[in-house]
Amino acid sequence: MRGIALLAAFGALWQAVIVLTGVPPFILPAPARVLAALWSARAMLAENAAVTGMEVLLGMVIGSALGIGAAVGMALSPWLCRVLRPALVASQAVPVFALAPVLTLWLGFGTLPKIVMTVLIVFFPLASVFLDGLLAVPEGMLDLGRLARAPGWRVLVFLRLPMALPSLGAGLTVAAVYAPIGAVIGEWVGAAQGLGYVMTMANARSQTDVMFAALVVLVAMTLALHWAAGRLGAMLRG
Amino acid sequence: MTLADPSAPPPAGLEGSAWFGTARLFEGVRLDLPMGWTCLIGPSGAGKSTLLRLLAGLPAAVRFDGRVTAPGRIAYLAQEDLLLPRLSALANVTLGARLRGGPVDRGEAMALLEAVGLKGMEARRPGQLSGGQRQRVALARALMEHAPLALLDEPFSALDAANRERMQDLALTRLAGCRVLLVTHDPFEALRLGQRILLLNGGRLEEIEALPGKAPHGPQTPGFGARYDEVMARLKGAVA
Repeated sequence: MRGIALLAAFGALWQAVIVLTGVPPFILPAPARVLAALWSARAMLAENAAVTGMEVLLGMVIGSALGIGAAVGMALSPWLCRVLRPALVASQAVPVFALAPVLTLWLGFGTLPKIVMTVLIVFFPLASVFLDGLLAVPEGMLDLGRLARAPGWRVLVFLRLPMALPSLGAGLTVAAVYAPIGAVIGEWVGAAQGLGYVMTMANARSQTDVMFAALVVLVAMTLALHWAAGRLGAMLRG
Repeated sequence: MTLADPSAPPPAGLEGSAWFGTARLFEGVRLDLPMGWTCLIGPSGAGKSTLLRLLAGLPAAVRFDGRVTAPGRIAYLAQEDLLLPRLSALANVTLGARLRGGPVDRGEAMALLEAVGLKGMEARRPGQLSGGQRQRVALARALMEHAPLALLDEPFSALDAANRERMQDLALTRLAGCRVLLVTHDPFEALRLGQRILLLNGGRLEEIEALPGKAPHGPQTPGFGARYDEVMARLKGAVA
């Protein structure tokens, strides 16, 4: 209910800006025009949203699995942790967007480079946040493991994992917001389908209303993903 | 030579010296834990907790040169309850078995929770329990170990007065038949519970005469006040 009110207020503000400044539709189309474009191009938008959605979901699943696996591996092996952790920290400084042209060059114009891009964008923050959670278990609790002479994997399963689940939830929620960015940037650089492709094409043809319509779909998709990840996060926080 | 009593729990003790960097923490210390409660007092930083951690085989951030005698199983209670926040009280009590990979005896865990006065609260999480109740869950978890040695690192100091006394009495009853080392900074607690009181002073262990008779002692116990003044005076004179 509050969301609808917020949406209506946003639409009213948007309309007011157009009326007051008199910007032409090819710069900023009115909400009604965008809604009309959404409706008339619905089949095309749905088709391309399905492509982007698939890239995002696959990238999210693969990236999360790899991120969780890497964090668990590093939590289990102090040696692996010493070797990989600096790399993980350093990788945060790499602007993954800058890799998009390279990925397209190597992997072509299909969906693969977009998925890889999403995987990269999901993997690093998730692995980093989850590993921090796994390693941040209070010493006193680890003492319980030592007193029981528990092997590393039991400490992981019974002490570290339960304590790190909230950070896993937080990591997944953040990853869900970033994941669509990866796919869309991949599509901007070079694609034949997807919402990012629709946006660049519409932009080139000055179909600003279609561009905005694609943006609306993308935002809705991201919000849905964020909501789902938020629910999962709440479950993990228990 | 006399034969060891087969019913007596295995011996526990520590002998040696410890350095914190180049600073000596204690030297030539010899601690043999008899049956019953030994209370270790001393100023902050004297190394009481370090001594306990060495005895438990836990990392202690010191260089230790010496010998530790301890049984394979140790019941351990710290100042914090160290309960896993997402597990029920019952699951917390059985944590040790799962960490060891042994069978989980739910029936005994339930009985122990009842014994520490938490009947009907098995399903609650630590967040739904009071501080005193959480420490009781921790006691039940420690009792699950059936350990001949109990190491208690100020487990009562964060509790309010009434809960502290309740917990002390409960621990006293449930840990009868064990060798117990209680690290405390509270001379009152040491006099109340200790059959033996040790003062860690300037890196050496000094024995202070405890009150005779069966613990718990209280202000009505003859000689309590005088002994308290003596312990306090020696504690004030002690150096870390």
